[in-house]
Amino acid sequence: MADLTRRLFLRGAAAGVLGCSAAAHPWLTTVTLAQGAPGFGDHRLVVVILRGAMDGMDALRPVGDPLFAALRPNLAQSGGPGLPLDGFFELHPRLAGLAPLWTAEELAFVHATSTPYRNKRSHFDGQDILEAGTGLDVPQTEVRDGWLNRMLQVVPGMQAETAYAIGREALPLLAGGAPVRSWVPEQRLALSPQARLLLEQVYHDDDLFREAATEAMDLADEMQMEDLAKALMQAEETDMAAPVTGMMTAPAPGRRLADLDRLAGFAADRLRGESRIAAFSISGWDTHRKQAAALAPSLSGLEHLLLKLRADLGTVWDRTAVLCMTEFGRTAAENGSQGTDHGTGGAMVMAGGALRGGRVLGNWPGLEEAALFDRRDLMPTSDVRAWAAWVMRAMFGLDRAVLESAVFPGLQMGDDPRLLR
Amino acid sequence: MIDPAEIAAFRFGTGLPLGQGAPRNPRAMLALLAGLDAGLALWPAPPPQEVLDLHARCAAGRRLARGTPPRSAERKAFVLLVKEVLAQQTLFLKLQIARAIDSPDGFRERLVRFWGDHFTTLARLRDHRGLTASRFDHAIRPHVGGRFIDLLQAAELHPSMLLALDQMASVGPNSRIGQRKGLGLNENLAREMMELHTLGVGTGYSQDDVRQLAELLTGLGVREGEGLAFTPGRVEPGAEIVLGQSYAGEGLAPILQVMADLARRPETARHLARKLAVHFLSDTPDEGLVDRMATAYLDADTAMRPMLRVLLTDPSALRPPLRKARQPFDFLVASLRALGVTGAEVMALGPKPFRRMIREPLAVMGQDWDAPRGPDGWPENAESWITPQGLAARIGWAMDVPGRLRRETGLPPAEQVLAQGLGTLTATQGGDGLPLPALIRRAETPREAVGIVLASPVFNRR
Repeated sequence: MADLTRRLFLRGAAAGVLGCSAAAHPWLTTVTLAQGAPGFGDHRLVVVILRGAMDGMDALRPVGDPLFAALRPNLAQSGGPGLPLDGFFELHPRLAGLAPLWTAEELAFVHATSTPYRNKRSHFDGQDILEAGTGLDVPQTEVRDGWLNRMLQVVPGMQAETAYAIGREALPLLAGGAPVRSWVPEQRLALSPQARLLLEQVYHDDDLFREAATEAMDLADEMQMEDLAKALMQAEETDMAAPVTGMMTAPAPGRRLADLDRLAGFAADRLRGESRIAAFSISGWDTHRKQAAALAPSLSGLEHLLLKLRADLGTVWDRTAVLCMTEFGRTAAENGSQGTDHGTGGAMVMAGGALRGGRVLGNWPGLEEAALFDRRDLMPTSDVRAWAAWVMRAMFGLDRAVLESAVFPGLQMGDDPRLLR
Repeated sequence: MIDPAEIAAFRFGTGLPLGQGAPRNPRAMLALLAGLDAGLALWPAPPPQEVLDLHARCAAGRRLARGTPPRSAERKAFVLLVKEVLAQQTLFLKLQIARAIDSPDGFRERLVRFWGDHFTTLARLRDHRGLTASRFDHAIRPHVGGRFIDLLQAAELHPSMLLALDQMASVGPNSRIGQRKGLGLNENLAREMMELHTLGVGTGYSQDDVRQLAELLTGLGVREGEGLAFTPGRVEPGAEIVLGQSYAGEGLAPILQVMADLARRPETARHLARKLAVHFLSDTPDEGLVDRMATAYLDADTAMRPMLRVLLTDPSALRPPLRKARQPFDFLVASLRALGVTGAEVMALGPKPFRRMIREPLAVMGQDWDAPRGPDGWPENAESWITPQGLAARIGWAMDVPGRLRRETGLPPAEQVLAQGLGTLTATQGGDGLPLPALIRRAETPREAVGIVLASPVFNRR
């Protein structure tokens, strides 16, 4: 049955996710799913990396801070009035569709949170830390595996084949020692049994090739090349027909939502089954210019994704937590091109029926110049990894010591924010 | 037994066979680099003005089409213009492959792609793709054997860079235009210039340096049909201080000066030296070698051939093992050369066969041409390329495409592909299993025998 579902996803995906494959799809990346040991229990964790640095202060507007409006003359109220949350924060209007979740206490936020990454404001390094989950005291070359992967390794009784990924881009979240399946459902490969045998011998003495090849050849049977080739051609034609509205290389909004639907539907399908963790990333948050227009479709996509996950997960939603994290925040003030530049403190979005939601968590540091990091960025008052660690502790019963040493080396979790119901 | 000249061709060139006039040692490689550009002479590039004109026509077409109903004549005209741009982009790719196949100066071809990757520019709109692809030939290629100062200035001031890194949106807040329209700075170009192109991330520059450099860069922009344009009305008034150095003056002069100063920094020397050693030699290069390369670069006032000489004449340069992975572009070029496909044959491929046999396979192998994920370019480590999906795509290509490419001339026998493409390096296979020549004799079809040669680890390492 599992194989049938996977193949269905491939067919469905051919029309959408793979649609832009000729030009690398900028919005959707991989889905990584983990399933496993009895010790895992019945909870579901979904991790969404928002690539490009989401502007936390626009997604979740601190309208109660007297300095907010002055720092952001064009952005503070762009898109119209937001959804008032707790009197201090307002949700961006493009996230207002999440109101039912807020009312049901299934939605929470953390403000002024960040990875331990400071000062350099480089996407690539920032994402690396978020996905790797290490502190800066550990040399990057020594800790290359991801935090999710390390968690898989310390959960007792974890089975060998725990996760696989779909899509083109690598997500280092699960790049460590635990066995992971990772592939793009795009390549054509029809091997005779003899060719396969000979290739196995050719690859036998090169570790890197041997490990990649076993999976590569396993994939051969699952490829539906005719369908894929056809979908590829169709997508390219659609692509040509609607170029005028395209900002950057973004797909049309309708197609983007359809892609997200497919992604959420697939993840939900697996989570309703045996999978306990799903991880993927969404790009489109790097809003250096004209942020009002650039951020709106990304936020709509996020809103859409959370609503679709909630709908598709059904009763499992009650045992689910979705954590949306980004590499860092953006500057407190808007820049000269009506956007924001790379900053430090940002926001985290949490959703799910397992959460004790309806809260905005974290300490608000204020926006006075002296209170800003480097007199420029929102001061981080918490480590984004700590929130994830507490969710993992509550969901999967992991020891605090294991979380602070093995899963997130160097993390100090602090007091229990009691995130789950 | 193993011919060092063949190791050099794998590591620093475009693979085997070593043709007429091909260098047989590092000294000869460096001599070619000091001479005229053989690849460009064989396959000349479209002139810059042609690229700028098409870009301008396409931008104008976009403006005309905006706001018109679907299927309007304006939209149809615009779609045709976009197709023209994409065809131009494809032409640049084809030329790059043809030169890599035909030119004896393979080291230069590799350097063009190395520096093109170092100065990655991502096309924001399809309108920009011809311009973006043209930077290899118009900005990078003339300088790969010269000084980094000149390379840096040409790359940063190329219109594709200014467009990709938002320089058009950066206006001095106190400039005439900034004051009148309430516009301000965009730090993108300044940040990447220091983080990616010169000093390297985390090397002691501050956020304030980024901001000062961004102020210094105001005025740079692109004018459709003309390329680089300097607009005094956008320039932030007053002097800027970058890394402790003050820059003042009019026009491009202080901008060229700050780039020259950045190029001469020791941090830049180490960043570039390390990146070259990682690309050509090892994912974990000897730090002593990196230091010597950096010193040679600084001693030569950013001339790059002395640094490359240190790299190529290092004792490790011609010694096995070959532990890096050929990137998909290099894999395809090396395969075409091993199969005896010529540059002219690649140039003659129609749009559809070219897309199906070259362009799409590159993307599926993980290297969609000139479209890396971010401005930091392609990854270097072997693990990033030899993934299950990447290897599946290489196997698929190796088994399928050679037969289609060679449908008319006939597929060469696997023994010949092995001799032409691997030479004495066949012996680096290692392990206890059957050697490659014995394995291919057991294949059921000639097609699969050729596929096994091209998909083998020794052919995919360098």
